[in-house]
Amino acid sequence: MTGDLFLQFVIAGLTYGAIYAVVGIGFNIIYGATGIINFAQGEFVMLGGMIAVTLHTVLPTPLAIAGAVVVTMAVGALLEMTLIRWLTSPSALRMIIITIGASILVREAALLAWGNQVRALPYFTGNEVTSIAIGGARVSPQVIWTVGACAAMVALVTVFFQWTMLGRQMRACAVNRVAASLCGLPTRNLVTLSFALSAGMGALAGCVVSPITYTRYDIGTGLAIKGFTVAILGGLGNSLAAVVAGLVLGVVEAFTISLLPAAYKDAVSIAVLLGILFVRPSGLFGEKEATRA
Amino acid sequence: MRPRLPTAASRYLKVGIFLLLAAAVERAAVLAGAGFLLTQLTMSAYYTLVALGLSLLMGYAGQISLGHAGFFAIGGYTSAALTTWDLSAHKGEALVALLSRAGVLATRPGIYGGDVLLVHPWVAFLCAVALAGVVAFAVGIPVLKLRGHYLAMATLGVGTILSSIAVGSEALGAADGISGVPPFELVPGVLRVAGNAPVRIANYYVAFGLVALAVLLLQNLVQSRVGRALRAIHGAEDAARAMGVDVARYKLGTFVVSAVLAAVAGSLLTHFNAGIGPSEVSIMKSVRYVAIVAVGGMGSLWGALAASLGLNFLSLRGYFGSLDDAVFGAILIVVMLFAPAGILSLDVRGAAAAIARRVRPARAEERAPEDREGDGGVPVLRGEAGEEGGR
Repeated sequence: MTGDLFLQFVIAGLTYGAIYAVVGIGFNIIYGATGIINFAQGEFVMLGGMIAVTLHTVLPTPLAIAGAVVVTMAVGALLEMTLIRWLTSPSALRMIIITIGASILVREAALLAWGNQVRALPYFTGNEVTSIAIGGARVSPQVIWTVGACAAMVALVTVFFQWTMLGRQMRACAVNRVAASLCGLPTRNLVTLSFALSAGMGALAGCVVSPITYTRYDIGTGLAIKGFTVAILGGLGNSLAAVVAGLVLGVVEAFTISLLPAAYKDAVSIAVLLGILFVRPSGLFGEKEATRA
Repeated sequence: MRPRLPTAASRYLKVGIFLLLAAAVERAAVLAGAGFLLTQLTMSAYYTLVALGLSLLMGYAGQISLGHAGFFAIGGYTSAALTTWDLSAHKGEALVALLSRAGVLATRPGIYGGDVLLVHPWVAFLCAVALAGVVAFAVGIPVLKLRGHYLAMATLGVGTILSSIAVGSEALGAADGISGVPPFELVPGVLRVAGNAPVRIANYYVAFGLVALAVLLLQNLVQSRVGRALRAIHGAEDAARAMGVDVARYKLGTFVVSAVLAAVAGSLLTHFNAGIGPSEVSIMKSVRYVAIVAVGGMGSLWGALAASLGLNFLSLRGYFGSLDDAVFGAILIVVMLFAPAGILSLDVRGAAAAIARRVRPARAEERAPEDREGDGGVPVLRGEAGEEGGR
């Protein structure tokens, strides 16, 4: 493999990896606030892309994307309010099954609404064949958009959780919900907010990557597994580690495609997930016990 | 909810009643001139075997599996691949000759004239079941160490890998699956598993007989020492371990038993349908089995049986139309929200009272928002085992 080709694969991997990282952080936000692994996480990415494509028929691209993010956030909040908010002490098994049910319903609704064709937003700058030279590799500007948007989201989320009042409240809620509510924090609303935030991030990621990867009603499950892999690789709750893990997984996958048939692409990243779960369930960077239900 | 322990006599009685009901349904369908319904009922019965095994795993061992369609498919695909693989070109080779002498192979007339040499369905069936057992054993050792979300995701991962193997392998027919699977001569000349009309009634009884047998065996299992150990694990794993229950061994054993049941169903249904495709191994199929067990009530074998026969029959008859998957998704949500112990557990008056209780404090909340988290409504922390202890 020549150096240029190597670089090309790395860049392709980073593009996908950035998306996985965002989905992984989405898992982390909801897990932090509720202890729930939201199996419908991938559906947010799909919804973002789909809604943006639909809105784009009447609105310019930036507005369509903004609209898609807002609508998906509303969907995320709605899921939480209808399915999760009013349950006291749901078991892990119950939450797993409920969020799986939710992912199926969202997916089937998307199938009814948009059919089973692939859809895509137009390229933000240039078109399919525009490319920029980076080193010896040719890169579509959309790749820059995707990686840039994901990096910006990660940065903003970090700032939000570290330095804003609301972010600190959400962290307090994640650390100890009873204590947070005793301090007067509206913990239930913070949980709803965590779903909305997580959904919005997924939706934006779904929009920026849509021109490259296309969006279809059924892309959610695969993304959810990848995002979960990334969240686990980084150790649940550790968002910066999730970014590293996401990029690593993306690059590994890109090289896999160059060696194995494309049908095995998912199998390889799942094998990574299983390996991690079996060998080091606390993640590469984490310390927490994964056996906690 | 603690399952009531039926006596041995009532267990056999229930299975007897079930078989009588099955016979009554068959007679009614045939007399009403709707014998074609038996085909879907037979298929439902095979899917029910999977649901029964999963009910044992989820309800008694407390382990979720989002990859059970994979074991069904291991059974089905192994049988299909072995019984459609024409070995006549290799007739001269020593291994094939040896297998042939050992009675492993069977000849049958091929569709293009001339005889084809195939693995005997019984041998293929035993291979299929053994393979599923071995895979479940190998996968189960690491997977069952996990709990909660991790277990769910790991089994989902295993299911996805099996699914992509089925779709990605040319040898397994890729997206088309394997068709032209020959009938399975259970008793040569007397009884065979096949989907054509003349043997419809016999096949109906084969399938329902197997379901009855499975219920009987599983019921005896859960009433035995093994069952008590499983219930102890489900109730409080650490306590069970402290009492000397070999938790890992029991979980693994249950996993293998449920996988073997799924493979039996997969193999026989593949012969019945004369083929198998990758939709049988999809994640959605695995989720369906979970939905069925959830509807029936985890830990209720009869509940799983009733839910499986009912829902599969409706689905196979096409009552849900293009909303098929959505129906199962909705079922999952509704059951888990309102009746996590299964719909048979629904206590309507109790539920109404619970809703009333829930509405009243909510009104109080509007008046005094400052202490709304102060009463019993404090959400339980993450990581706590819930009321079903489903970890």
